[in-house]
Amino acid sequence: MPADGGIGAPMKRREDIRFLTGTGRYTDDLNRPGQAYVHFLRSNVAHGRLKSVNTEEAAKMPGVVRIFTGADFEGVGSIPCGWQVTDKHGQPMQEPAHPVLAQGKVRHVGDPIAAVVAETPDQARDAAEAIEVDIEDLPAVVDMKKAVEEGAPKVHDDLTSNLCYDWGFVEENKAAVDEAFEKAAHVTRLELKNNRLVANPMEPRVAIGDYDPAGDNSTLYTTSQNPHVIRLLMGAFVLGIPEHKLRVVAPDVGGGFGTKIFHYAEEAFCTFAAKQLKRPVKWTSSRSEAFMSDAHGRDHVTTIELALDGDNNFTALRTETFANMGAYLSTFAPSVPTWLHGTLMAGNYKTPLIYVNVKAVFTNTVPVDAYRGAGRPEATYQLERVIDKAARELGVDPIDLRRQNFVTEFPYATPVAVEYDTGDYNATMDKLSEIADLSGFEARLAESKKNGKLRGLGVNCYIEACGIAPSNLVGQLGARAGLYESATVRVNATGGLTVMTGSHSHGQGHETAFPQVIAEMIGIDPSMVEIVHGDTANTPMGMGTYGSRSLAVGGSAMVRATEKIINKAKKIAAHLLEASEGDIELKDGAFSVAGTDKSVAWGDVTLAAYVPHNYPLEEIEPGLEETAFYDPANFTYPAGAYACEVEVDPETGKVTIERFAAADDFGNVVNPMIVEGQVHGGLAQGIGQALLEGCAYDEDGQLLTGSYMDYAMPRADDVPYYDVDHSCQTPCTHNPLGVKGCGEAGAIGSPPAVVNAVVDALQRAGKDVTHIDMPLSPSRVWAAMNQ
Amino acid sequence: MYAFELTRPTSLADAIKALGEEDAQPLSGGQTLIPTLKQRLAMPSTLVSLSGIEELKGIKNEGGTLSIGAATTHAAVARDGSYPALSDLAGHIGDPHVRNRGTIGGSIANNDPSACYPAAALGSGATIVTNNREIGADDFFTGLFETALDEGEIVTAVKFPIPEKAAYVKFEQPASRFALVGVFVAKTADGVRVAVTGASEGGVFRWSEAEKALDGNFSPDAVDGLTLPADDMIGDLHGSPEYRAHLVGVITKRAVAKAG
Amino acid sequence: MTNVTMTINGRSVSGTVEGRTLLSSFIREQAGLTGTHVGCDTAQCGACTLHVNGESVKSCNMFALEADGAEVTTIEGMANDDGSLSTIQQAFQDHHGLQCGFCTPGMVMTAAALLKENPTPTEEEVRGYLSGNLCRCTGYHNIVKAIMAASGQDVSRIAAE
Repeated sequence: MPADGGIGAPMKRREDIRFLTGTGRYTDDLNRPGQAYVHFLRSNVAHGRLKSVNTEEAAKMPGVVRIFTGADFEGVGSIPCGWQVTDKHGQPMQEPAHPVLAQGKVRHVGDPIAAVVAETPDQARDAAEAIEVDIEDLPAVVDMKKAVEEGAPKVHDDLTSNLCYDWGFVEENKAAVDEAFEKAAHVTRLELKNNRLVANPMEPRVAIGDYDPAGDNSTLYTTSQNPHVIRLLMGAFVLGIPEHKLRVVAPDVGGGFGTKIFHYAEEAFCTFAAKQLKRPVKWTSSRSEAFMSDAHGRDHVTTIELALDGDNNFTALRTETFANMGAYLSTFAPSVPTWLHGTLMAGNYKTPLIYVNVKAVFTNTVPVDAYRGAGRPEATYQLERVIDKAARELGVDPIDLRRQNFVTEFPYATPVAVEYDTGDYNATMDKLSEIADLSGFEARLAESKKNGKLRGLGVNCYIEACGIAPSNLVGQLGARAGLYESATVRVNATGGLTVMTGSHSHGQGHETAFPQVIAEMIGIDPSMVEIVHGDTANTPMGMGTYGSRSLAVGGSAMVRATEKIINKAKKIAAHLLEASEGDIELKDGAFSVAGTDKSVAWGDVTLAAYVPHNYPLEEIEPGLEETAFYDPANFTYPAGAYACEVEVDPETGKVTIERFAAADDFGNVVNPMIVEGQVHGGLAQGIGQALLEGCAYDEDGQLLTGSYMDYAMPRADDVPYYDVDHSCQTPCTHNPLGVKGCGEAGAIGSPPAVVNAVVDALQRAGKDVTHIDMPLSPSRVWAAMNQ
Repeated sequence: MYAFELTRPTSLADAIKALGEEDAQPLSGGQTLIPTLKQRLAMPSTLVSLSGIEELKGIKNEGGTLSIGAATTHAAVARDGSYPALSDLAGHIGDPHVRNRGTIGGSIANNDPSACYPAAALGSGATIVTNNREIGADDFFTGLFETALDEGEIVTAVKFPIPEKAAYVKFEQPASRFALVGVFVAKTADGVRVAVTGASEGGVFRWSEAEKALDGNFSPDAVDGLTLPADDMIGDLHGSPEYRAHLVGVITKRAVAKAG
Repeated sequence: MTNVTMTINGRSVSGTVEGRTLLSSFIREQAGLTGTHVGCDTAQCGACTLHVNGESVKSCNMFALEADGAEVTTIEGMANDDGSLSTIQQAFQDHHGLQCGFCTPGMVMTAAALLKENPTPTEEEVRGYLSGNLCRCTGYHNIVKAIMAASGQDVSRIAAE
């Protein structure tokens, strides 16, 4: 293996050079010749009937190219949903239409009503203000439980109610679960909210539609985590453009966190308008616009019950969740509270009986979809909070209660339809105890007390299902797409490699980590490998980067393609060395004949492939380029244990994070520096959810947190240095790299640790507080202390 | 933003003249005004930039009174140090970049109910100097985003008598980092002044009950047991009126302790 | 429309702007320097941070005309003369102080302003100085570490090494 550039090396990132020198190319940095700009006129009411949209005066304003309204999209498809959930009665979910521009009704603040294309952004906005819109206000539904009451105003008139689906999982187990509760020695019950969040990647969304009439080709430049998926959804379902006539480019993308997975109306609009107007059309979202048009995350209201026997073994778990869909079904929305949530309710524990009920509800709010973790943070939060509460009710140590109920034998088939391949939850808990210095807590507690502060310790575990797949399984579960990945590995004549991957990098460091894998396989320097991604014109089909799947699925596809390359190269080497193919070994960038000193360098073999003068042309083709598709056999299951120590100011309720430790098992690790960075980022988002972030609407559906003035983003002084460890490694058994994925763990595992710690601090101070809903803002903590 | 003209006079006289035009508005550091303009919540025909007027900049310490030109940035006040409590306050407004642009005159004239400077001015018993007159802080801040300034009148300087002891403590709103409650206390020759920002529907105000208690005993204990009615307090997603009323007491004590 | 001229990274740049043209727009669209990013419209995120006459400012919260005649430094002007990364930039790469890169220019410009003012800041001072710059990727750990390292302080004992 190369001394410092293979698997396991903390290689510095090559992409950093362009980002550090201001030469990255994000979508908003691109401008097409002759481009016009679009401004969307958005609804300022949550629910209303569109009586008229008069664009006559606005159309005469300076610089206006054309104004589009819903009527212009009558022959155009609806923004599609990519996942169909079947309810507990076997019926498909209710699936409303989602027009590119509002038709008939507006359904949330921010719903686009009209789009003005003009010569400059200011002219477009000026004209948008001159559009006369007559809206008949309708009562809005915001609260999910009220939305499903009899007689509630309907978000979609053509649906029977605001209930998208009522999902039971596993429905056949319900009676047995109920029976276990009747027999339980102890039942712990908790009602909680998983607060609505806004993903807030620092780069706002941008879309540029371009059209080449010469070849009838459309191009969309967009801030996407998955350009191929956008091409498929937008081309096939919305605009009716076949894939060979549509190119989607996602260049440097400034973070995604889920909210840039989805296909958005603005993308379809710019592509459509560019073709209509025969000139490029650009949209750049402002942050204020992002708050009301990017899909939001989380927003679950849950009742969870845990049944235990007389020996404190978990015997059953039962939940009822209301999950907010918002006003329309975003791309993956229905899957988040179901297959990404219900399947994880076993957690790290051998609870034999589990029943999960989820009611997905339409409301007059921005659509809700996947946000870092997507369903798994919601599952982890409920479970790890209820276990903590149970331990307190039973007077047992919360860590001991967890250990007692850990799954310890693998593979383990859960009662919620997944099979964990590997894991060692005691190992990560042991490691946590060490890095978090749990034995030093009492001393730190005493120190805090001296300073008039309440200190608390919160510990929890998590497990997640990553590398989402396999395709045939997700197809049965309602996915309308496959979930494989692909890669084309092109070896050039002089030995350098170009890898075209369907995975997309928007901060994850693929350009550095992927070459490390190939460097390891061939024994060459990673600088000989270039990664190409983000453009459907020059990369093979990919389902995108989310669900911590790029290395586990996309990396595996690359490994498979590289294996094909190596196999062919060995044939060439065997020919050059006049040896039998079976005797050829590849090591340190050279092919040798086993047991001899005969060898040929990597570069000589690759040259022979392209200059095949001395070459077995009768047996193999010239050239060295291979493509592989990889469809995994199972999810991967990263897991770990987290600990948080907080101080609470008893006078103000302000919580500060004093220490945070994370012990993760990600299986094998390719670049530990990048892995740690991923955990750090996830932790800040999880701590942000627990303490700071919360998207709020008033009862009329007005967005109260429409900017950073009211939506509290974690800043550098809100978080501490983190103690992270990934040395506990139980490699994944079913992918060639043995990797599990690390992108979401931090965000999944950290919220319960924070809340457990705050409850611990308050209880140690004698306060009768068993739960506080996130975010644990100073005012909420103070109110809980003084209730 | 709507379109407007931006002029950059180099003298106060030219600025006043330019402000006489219809719908002209002064632009100081712009740290609050520009976001407002972006939201299209203001529609000036002309913005008269004050940043090029040297006579509006600078800090002078004249016999125990600190006179600060209106166009002096927060960063400059933070660096000055001759009125430590004021420099400390200025050094914690917004963030470093905002402090390099934002000015004392802009902040005072805007009178945002969550801004820090109004508390310093009121708490110190400062005098606000305009192009026409001098106005005592007690008369200057008249309500939410309201001041005693007339149309076309601008703040040119703020004069702070430096008190024996003073301190400002801010409890930040978690998102904006503006004051959820900020309290400025000053022990002056004429008695103690306590000014509270962030909390009240009416903007910055003096907490006279606390002032009385602290007059006799300038120590945190003096504030014990004092309560403010929650009636006029701001209630929003970041805190109820009751919470803010409670915080005023806590933060006042901390400010007194900090003043020493 | 008004003429404006400023020196950006040592090069004189002139253009014609409206009163409402922001400095960030001028830098990105007229000077063609797209390393300065715009991440919000309320002057909170700091992605647009650059230096005007040696002081850090949020360029989306300042009019281009206000920088008439000024010396402006952007991220494109931060590398060493030979094109290699400056100490601060190198520290960000060495310590993985960036992921998606969008906030990075603002972070680097802020770090430069901090270290000019305070050559050996404490961790708390670094975190405080970054309060006007949002990063959604890194959880700030490695940004703080990179800035501490750039100041010449030993960061080898910081957590997670």
